[in-house]
Amino acid sequence: MQHVSPVREPLVTGGKTYHDITEDVSRQVEAKPNIRWAIALAVALFFLGIFIYSVYRTLWYGIGEWGLNKTVDWAWDITNFVWWVGIGHAGTLISAVLLLFRQKWRSSINRAAEAMTIFAVICAAMFPVLHMGRPWLAYWVLPLPNTYGSLWANFNSPLLWDVFAISTYFTVSLVFWYLGLVPDFATIRDRATGPIARRAYALLSLGWTGSAKHWSRYETVSLILAGVSTPLVLSVHTIVSMDFATSVIPGWHTTIFPPYFVAGAIFSGFAMVLTLMLITRDVFRLKDYITLEHIESMNKIIIVTGSIVGVAYITEFFIAWYSGVEYEQYAFINRATGPYWWAYWSMMTCNVITPQLFWFRKIRRSVVATFIISIFVNIGMWFERFVIIVTSLHRDYLPSSWVMFSPSIIDVGIYVGTLGLFFTLFLLFAKYFPVVNMFEVKTILKSSSGVPHTHHPDTMHAHSPNNHSYDDK
Amino acid sequence: MTNKKYILGVYDDEDVLLQAIERIREAGTKIYTVFSPYPVHGIDDALGIERSRLPIAAFLYGLTGLAFALWMQIYMLGFDWPMIIGGKPHIALPAFIPVSFELTVFFTAHGMVITFLIVCGLYPRMKVPVLDVRSTDDKFIMAIEVKEGVTDLNKINTLLRDNGAIEVNEKEVTA
Repeated sequence: MQHVSPVREPLVTGGKTYHDITEDVSRQVEAKPNIRWAIALAVALFFLGIFIYSVYRTLWYGIGEWGLNKTVDWAWDITNFVWWVGIGHAGTLISAVLLLFRQKWRSSINRAAEAMTIFAVICAAMFPVLHMGRPWLAYWVLPLPNTYGSLWANFNSPLLWDVFAISTYFTVSLVFWYLGLVPDFATIRDRATGPIARRAYALLSLGWTGSAKHWSRYETVSLILAGVSTPLVLSVHTIVSMDFATSVIPGWHTTIFPPYFVAGAIFSGFAMVLTLMLITRDVFRLKDYITLEHIESMNKIIIVTGSIVGVAYITEFFIAWYSGVEYEQYAFINRATGPYWWAYWSMMTCNVITPQLFWFRKIRRSVVATFIISIFVNIGMWFERFVIIVTSLHRDYLPSSWVMFSPSIIDVGIYVGTLGLFFTLFLLFAKYFPVVNMFEVKTILKSSSGVPHTHHPDTMHAHSPNNHSYDDK
Repeated sequence: MTNKKYILGVYDDEDVLLQAIERIREAGTKIYTVFSPYPVHGIDDALGIERSRLPIAAFLYGLTGLAFALWMQIYMLGFDWPMIIGGKPHIALPAFIPVSFELTVFFTAHGMVITFLIVCGLYPRMKVPVLDVRSTDDKFIMAIEVKEGVTDLNKINTLLRDNGAIEVNEKEVTA
C-alpha cells in the first residue's frame, strides 16, 4: 500500500502481529500487580504522605511556613510550578504536533506522554493554589462579581491569563487523552474475563464498537484536536513566561522569554518522557514497541531544544550588556558570579553542555547514557527556573533589601511531595490503563514493522478449506 | 422487540478487506458496516461514507468561544465596572488576546468532542452491542444485514468467501 524506504528502521520490532500487540499491552493490565510495581507504589505513596503533611502545615500555619521573605516573595513554589508545567509540554507535543507532522514514531509513546502531561499539570496547579494562602477562595480567580458587588477579574493581568491557559490546557489534554483511550478500553473490555473488569472497562469505553463510520469521525476529531492543541501548547508556556516578562524586574523584563520558555519546556518534557519510558519499557517488557529508534528520535529533539535554550542564555546575557542598563547588567553578572553562582553554573552544565553529548550516535542510542542525561536535564531545567526567579529577586534596586533565600523544610516537603503525587498517579495509570496506544501501533504495523505483510488478496486465502468456489476461477 | 440478524464476514488483512468491500458493493450487496481494530485508510471511500461535517461544527464552536470571550471582557471591564488598570484604556484589546484565544480553543475542543460523542451515540454503559469481540483485537468484521425472505444467505456466504473472508458467521441481536 505504502512505500517505505529500506533505510528506515522498523518502529515495531520482533515480528509482531495485531494480536501480539493486544497481548503485550493488555498483559500488565490483566495480570495481578507485580512486586516491583507494588514497591514503587509504596515509595510513591510515602512521598505523597510527605506532600499531604506539608500541605497541612501550609494551610494550618499559613505560608509563613515557607522560606519566602519580603524581597524574595516568589521562590520554590513558582519554580516548581513552571518546572511541572514545562514537563507537561512534551506530552502535547508528541500527541498533537507530531500527529500533524505525521511522525509515526509518536504512536507507541503518545499515551504515556499525554498521561505525564496531565499528571504534571495537576502537580503544577498545586503551587499557585497553595501560594494563595487561602485555597478555599481559589474560585476568586474566576470572573465572578466580587462577592458580589461587580469588580470582576483583571483581564489585563498575566496571572489571570494563566488561569485560563492552564485550565484550558488541562481540560483539553484530558479530553484528548481520554478520547485516545476509548478504543483501547474497548479492546480490554472485549478480552476481560472478570465481572468487575468487564463492567469497569465497558463503562470507560463508552460503548465503542469500532465501526467504520465512528472511526472516520474519530479521525476527524483527533486531527482537529491536534490542530487546536498545537497553538494551545505554545500559548501556555508563552503566557507562563509573561508572568515574568511583563514585570519590570531586571532579569525578567525580556522579550525573548516566550520562545525561550517554550523551547525549555519541550526540552525538559522530553527528558521526563525519556526518564519514564526507559523505566516503563523495561518493567513492562515493551522493548519491541519503544525501540532504540524511538529513543534516538527523542534525543534528537533534546539536542535541538537544548541548543535553543543555550542560545537563549547567551542572547540574554548579551542583551543585558548591550542594553546599557546598569541594573540589567548587574542582574546577569550577579547570576553568574554572585552568591548563587552554583545554581547558574549547574544550569549551564546540565542544560547546555550535557545534551550536546547526543551528537554522538553511540550516546544517542545508549539506554544508560540517555537515562543519565535525561536526569541531568530534569535537574538543569529546575535550576533554570530557580535562577530566573530567585537571582532576579534577591538583589533588586535597593541594596538595603538585599537578602538570600533558603527553602524551609516545608518547601522541600511540598516539592518532593509533588513528585510522590506524580509517581502515584503514573503508577496507577501504568497498571490499569494500556500504556501503549494499541490501535495506533496497529495502524503503523504494516508499514513499520520491518516484516513484509503484503498479502495479495488473490493468493492469500485461495486455498483455505472452506473456500469452495475459488479454486475453479 | 425486533431481532436483527447479520451475516458477519471475518477478514484478517486490511488490503484484502478493502478489495472485498469494493467487489461486494459492485455485486450489489449492501454492507451494513465494517468493524475494525484501528482506522483503516481508504475505507471511507470504499464504503461510501460521506465526509464528516464535524470541522464545520468545530469552527462554529470556536467562533462562539471567541465571541463569548470578547463580550465577557469588554462587558466586564469596559461597561459594568470600568477601572483604570496600569493607565490602560478600559477596553485594552491587546491584553484581551490571551483569554480570547484560550476560550476559543476551550469551546472548540469541548464542543466538538461532545458533538462527536452524541452523533456516535457513545455514553457509559454496561452492555455493548459488539457483533464479534475479535473486531477490537485483530480481525476486521464486515456486517451485512439479513432481511427475512429477501436475502439469499448462500449467495452472500459465497460472495464473502470468494473475496477472502476467513470465516462467515451469523449473529442475531435484539434491537
